[in-house]
Amino acid sequence: MTSPNLRSAYGASLVRLGKKDERVVALEADLGKSTQSVMFQTEFPDRYFQMGIAEQNMASTAAGFALSGMIPFIHSFAVFASGRTYDQLRNSICIPNLPVRICGSSAGLSDFGDGKTHQGVEDAALMRSLPNMTVLCPADSIEVEQMMDCMLDWPGPVYFRINRNDLPFVTPEGEPYSIGKMTRLREGGDVAIFASGIMVSKALEAAKTLETEGTSTRVINISTIKPLDRDAVIRYARGVDAIVTAEEHSIIGGIGSAVVEALRGVSHAPVEFVGIPDSFGISAEGYNELLAHFKLTSDEIAKTAKSLLKGKEKCASVL
Amino acid sequence: MAKPEEIQRIKKVAWDLRADIVKMIGVGKAGHLGGSCSLAEIVAALYFGKMHFDPKALHDPDRDRFLVSKGHSVLVQYAALVELGAIPRDEMGKLKTLGGKLQGHPDMMTPGMEAVTGSLGQGLSIATGMGLSLRLRKSPARVYVVIGDGELAEGQLWEAAMAAARYKLDSLTAILDKNRIQATGPTKEIFDIPNVEDKWRAFGWNVLNVDGHDVGAILDVLDKATATKGGPTVIVADTIKGKGVSFAENTAAFHNGVMTGEQYNQALTEIEESRRVMQ
Repeated sequence: MTSPNLRSAYGASLVRLGKKDERVVALEADLGKSTQSVMFQTEFPDRYFQMGIAEQNMASTAAGFALSGMIPFIHSFAVFASGRTYDQLRNSICIPNLPVRICGSSAGLSDFGDGKTHQGVEDAALMRSLPNMTVLCPADSIEVEQMMDCMLDWPGPVYFRINRNDLPFVTPEGEPYSIGKMTRLREGGDVAIFASGIMVSKALEAAKTLETEGTSTRVINISTIKPLDRDAVIRYARGVDAIVTAEEHSIIGGIGSAVVEALRGVSHAPVEFVGIPDSFGISAEGYNELLAHFKLTSDEIAKTAKSLLKGKEKCASVL
Repeated sequence: MAKPEEIQRIKKVAWDLRADIVKMIGVGKAGHLGGSCSLAEIVAALYFGKMHFDPKALHDPDRDRFLVSKGHSVLVQYAALVELGAIPRDEMGKLKTLGGKLQGHPDMMTPGMEAVTGSLGQGLSIATGMGLSLRLRKSPARVYVVIGDGELAEGQLWEAAMAAARYKLDSLTAILDKNRIQATGPTKEIFDIPNVEDKWRAFGWNVLNVDGHDVGAILDVLDKATATKGGPTVIVADTIKGKGVSFAENTAAFHNGVMTGEQYNQALTEIEESRRVMQ
């Protein structure tokens, strides 16, 4: 039985990969308990490298491992894994297109108590802008497991943002997974919601609410933020009257931006973002409280969809 | 002790590398002459002396690795790989041109390059990862990485120094190209880093010193580094920036300078003369 906790699923998957392939090594920067890479340490102490609180060195060291034929996984909080190491990821890893796996743990607001410095709300934007980088955001622990199974053979570097907490299961049983694929989790003809991470389950709730009010809504899980399947975005955006994106990330540079980039030059319905405005996070007592503070809720998604539909009516009446 | 004939052979190679560097840079174009020339003897001693490296087997998993962390000085590595036949000689004229294989800084598109460096401070970390990985695979390969004295200001380099010592990585040899000049002036004035040897010792490294232009001494000190077990070794090499080209010696002007036609000819003449009269 898969744990609903994404970190636990990650740690267990890393051990599974380690058993399967001797090339898998793990590097940690003193957050092994938070990231759950500690599970790998227990199983494979010789292939686990404690690099101390020195993320930049950890990243370039991983490049050295990859250049010698290994598949290194490096770990930190998303904010440090992407930001502190940006130049090392860019130069040591992405330019030579090395198969380094970068685990951005406690992504988004999921480390709710630690506040601005520890909440990675712009990591996907940073990572998405790097040539050669693949960027993933699993919506539940099943997707974490599926995604990890792709890590042995996927060419080039991968950054994945992992939520710290338990998330509801949204991945349908038996749904085949591959990096790059986006999944339609619900069909509907009036509104399309593109969501990632924790916002996928909230999008599904919003779709239910909208349905009871007579608005038929499709929900698409974008767990591969890059490379984005542009054709799929266009296909899923076709025919609806409103498009909402929902992400636990800044509205600058995340999946909202990616969806609009994908839809450029193509006629489509109005788009609105549900996400974190251009701001840092903040400390809170609980995760849900913080998500509500930033309006990352199913209510907000439903409200946004309705206001887009209303706006469209208004435009039509003016014309 | 290195044999006299081996020393002579490698000395000659070093001057060949300098001539190649000058030719690569050419006339009227900026190129990192100074920091490349300061490394000629060291690189010649490694590629043509000590390293287990077959230019016909660039991907041999047990080859010794050589990285230039101060990536702008890669011209000297290009020159060595040209002389070894790993890089086609006609690439030299296409340095930093579209369609050429020789980039301004080390890139995997060039045959024989081991890593991407040039964003300073990263090479020692990469070399550490290589060393740890080779040790896991029980490979006898050694890893050599050149760092610059100006580069020592990069914090990541000291993170790597701690990590390599923590893992007692005795297959790793760092060579500090102490040429005392950085991009905008003398290192002493720009950002003086005193007691360099003490710093490395305090970080858990074995420290050796060498005259970076004395081939015999370089060969011996490399042997000493290989024989040192239980931890990584740094070789502090006293060098002259721009060594062998009089107008480029000990000046920041040719850190990334442009040669006139006259200077170009003078450089090649001086190098040829040094090669001819060398003892």
